[in-house]
Amino acid sequence: MGYIAARGGTQAILNAELLVEYMRLHAASDPIGIDQIRDQMRAAVGRAMNEGALYAPNLAALALKQSEGDSIDASFLLRAYRSTLQRVMPTIPARGVDIRCQRRISASFKDIPGGQMLGPSTDYQIRMLNTLLMHESTADVQRILKEYDALIAQHADTDERAGYFPKVVDYMRAEQMVPFVRDDEGAEPFDITRTALTFPCSRSARLQSLAQADTGCLLTYAYSSVRGYGDAHPTLAELRFGALAIAVTHPLTGEPVCIGEIVVTECEIVSKAHSVAHNQERPYFQLGYGFTFGHSEVKAMSMGILDSVLSQAKRNGLSGESGPAANEEFVLLHSDGIEASGFTAHYKLPHYVTFEADLKVLERAVDHVESDALNPHAAHATTAKERL
Amino acid sequence: MTDVASWVLNVTGLTKRYGLGCPRCAESTGPDHGSSQCPFCQTVHACVNAGFTLYQGEVLGIVGESGSGKSTLMQLINLTINPTAGEIWYREPTQDSTAMNLVTMDGFTRRHFRNDRLGIVHQRPELGLNMRFSVGGNVAEKLLLANWRHIGRIRERITELMIQTELPPERIDDDPNTFSGGMLQRVQIAKALSSNPGLLLLDEVTSGLDLSVQARVLDLIRRIQWEQKMTMLLVSHDLGVIKQLARRTIVMKNGFIVESGLTDQILEDPQHPYTQLLVSSAL
Amino acid sequence: MTEQHTNIYNFGFIDEDSKREVRRQLLKAVALPGHQVPFASRDLPIGRGWGTGGLQITMAIIAASDTLKVIDQGDDESVNAVNLRRLLTRTTGVSTTVDTQAATIIQTRHRIPEEQMREDQILVLQVPMVDPLRWVEPNLERATVMHGEADYGRMWVYMYESVIKAGDIRIATQYPVIVAGRYMMDTTPIPRWDVLRLHNADHLSLFGAGREKRVYAVPPYTTVEPLEFEDFRFKTEYAEGQRCHRCGATNTFLTGHFVKSPGTDEPGHWVTSCSDASYCDKQMVAQGWTEAQE
Repeated sequence: MGYIAARGGTQAILNAELLVEYMRLHAASDPIGIDQIRDQMRAAVGRAMNEGALYAPNLAALALKQSEGDSIDASFLLRAYRSTLQRVMPTIPARGVDIRCQRRISASFKDIPGGQMLGPSTDYQIRMLNTLLMHESTADVQRILKEYDALIAQHADTDERAGYFPKVVDYMRAEQMVPFVRDDEGAEPFDITRTALTFPCSRSARLQSLAQADTGCLLTYAYSSVRGYGDAHPTLAELRFGALAIAVTHPLTGEPVCIGEIVVTECEIVSKAHSVAHNQERPYFQLGYGFTFGHSEVKAMSMGILDSVLSQAKRNGLSGESGPAANEEFVLLHSDGIEASGFTAHYKLPHYVTFEADLKVLERAVDHVESDALNPHAAHATTAKERL
Repeated sequence: MTDVASWVLNVTGLTKRYGLGCPRCAESTGPDHGSSQCPFCQTVHACVNAGFTLYQGEVLGIVGESGSGKSTLMQLINLTINPTAGEIWYREPTQDSTAMNLVTMDGFTRRHFRNDRLGIVHQRPELGLNMRFSVGGNVAEKLLLANWRHIGRIRERITELMIQTELPPERIDDDPNTFSGGMLQRVQIAKALSSNPGLLLLDEVTSGLDLSVQARVLDLIRRIQWEQKMTMLLVSHDLGVIKQLARRTIVMKNGFIVESGLTDQILEDPQHPYTQLLVSSAL
Repeated sequence: MTEQHTNIYNFGFIDEDSKREVRRQLLKAVALPGHQVPFASRDLPIGRGWGTGGLQITMAIIAASDTLKVIDQGDDESVNAVNLRRLLTRTTGVSTTVDTQAATIIQTRHRIPEEQMREDQILVLQVPMVDPLRWVEPNLERATVMHGEADYGRMWVYMYESVIKAGDIRIATQYPVIVAGRYMMDTTPIPRWDVLRLHNADHLSLFGAGREKRVYAVPPYTTVEPLEFEDFRFKTEYAEGQRCHRCGATNTFLTGHFVKSPGTDEPGHWVTSCSDASYCDKQMVAQGWTEAQE
């Protein structure tokens, strides 16, 4: 008697992992340092932290290195790591007005209290490849840092309130352009990591979902709602980027204790309101809110636009009639990059059983058509009525 | 003829309001104020304290302009919206049946009651039909929900209903998108009749149809009513339609029933100023 | 490479509170057979859609004394089964088996083992799509109401339409069933061959969808009836005269694959064999074949 053939699944997986490492290193260039990724690839680090829903610049840099720069894979690594972490305590709610801004702009008014501050931005940069970066030296780095120091010395601002600004949206509230009331007034925030999201959902659940959603997906939905598949007319009330202090309540003294600062982007969108006929309440602009870790302006704005579109739809008792981006369930259930990529990729898994079952159904369908074709009265017999 | 024991539907104090209401609602809404919405608290009083009784084999008309509350009343009876207050009692037209309050039914019982005992025909066919399914599939839905599990027998029943509603039975498997407006109303009627309902609801069924098509659909409804002694509730803004079908009529305005009685009497001797206006402009 | 980090994780990877939450929802699922129960699905180090629902159930119910079997397509050695088993053994240290009879918990994707399971065994199925109504109602909010009211008319019209348009019920896998005469349930992508094997089974079946964040269950001795008509019956893939080319079994679910003897000029050919590989091996051993070591 012979042997039953062995199947080598385990060894194949281990070999595949070694091959990935080889592909990353086969050119034998210098390994990238985590600090280089963290400091010089801020956008990628910010995106990984946002979608991984974990503020951890070092780990995000590590995840980017491990995933060879794949943003979805990097955020997946962070998200999976996060789920093993213990919840120590909630922070005291942080307020956008407490962001120490490095950048702060509004598109609603030319002049705003505190003034516009362009800050670090590539918005007005001519998008030509900077070939000088091909061979950047430490001397180049020193020169730029010196240039920056000199500029800062000229504009030294010793005011400890420097960088703090009032919020444009607070002015809009005072003028009754946007309402004071919160949609979830007084409610405990929903926690999407501890409770399954069901619909209709609260605004806090929506904002949490959007905050960890895939940037490209939010951009697409937001864009669709302003381009033609929707009726959004957003105006940027304010966009700010800077450092935000995070505090917790001391478990013994009950006093707030600052535990550090995080770098964030915050955005408020106001959108022209359309009320439906039976809705006779005072007209106001619909507010939308966007918030991200790191410097991620496109994501913060996309989130703000979608929040306003979804609030508007909910207020009018509609869901998706004006376009897919106004359907809350559709947007929230399809925008998580980790879920979407995981499921799309799962089609690489063996489907031998389901394919065999599909094949059997196909065979039956073919038999059905051929038996009809062979029938001399096929022309008449093909109506279902006569088959029955 | 209308023996007291043979009522099918008895509605009392039926009220639907959107909003919380305020102390000044009562003095500022209703037909006397020309609005169903309170100017102080914005509450909409879509249907206020409606009451009527519908007898076996009778057709009751509900007439009023848009916003009068007639469609709200229809939706309440069709159990698609929940009333703020009031009761809807239903009774099978048999000797020993017991009446049940539809308002207090749980969702599960309500769904199955609605499928089995009510039939509805909407103004817009896409509300009553699933345009992705075949004509036969649409007519079959109520039967399937009522546990019919033999395709051959289901199709016999669909064919029977199509003949009854003057639809060509050979088109049983056709796509409803290939049907005309008048034919789609017949498909809705066939579907509504499939469960032998105790009550048929007709919501502006001929609005939007050409006059000749309208006449044929009304003829069909009249024939079904005559042959099956079907109890019907008919909502229309068109007094002509009401006059042809309904023996008794309710007139609604701004959420209130302002007048009710025999249709002939209302048309010949309207009492309420609004009814007088309606009759004079229609005839 | 990462072996030395394993001990920083809890037994069964997810924390005890999360496990308790999964078990609570499972109890609810068992109490309402076929009803989908939402649960707060955790992020795992395995891709969403790659078995995270089944994994969380196994992680939540497994004890050190359990014996685990993990299969994908019926095969213990399928790459995905190997990978999930690797995670589970690394984080629990439980013993594993390929023998259906020896296992206390069997986690599976797309198959139910051919050998009949017992009362003391639990089958954990990985679920990609949860709601059988998605074919007629993709909106979960509305579908939830439909389940609550047993409003399955539209789904039955879908079945009717399949018969009318195709002359047959054209559903290959994820075949919809009615559980305990009440809830309509998706059977996951098991073949139709396996659907009837859920009916009045001796064992408990637990279904987990990680990405869709739902669990559901079929308790032992519970009716599971596929949607069918009196004149158009539910049919499995079974074909008269079918036979496994390896073990010769005539009453198993078979899948096709290509074989070619190495080192010969033989062009190769297509054959069918049992998709439940360990069952097939067991039959061959019983016939006197010797088991090869990997």
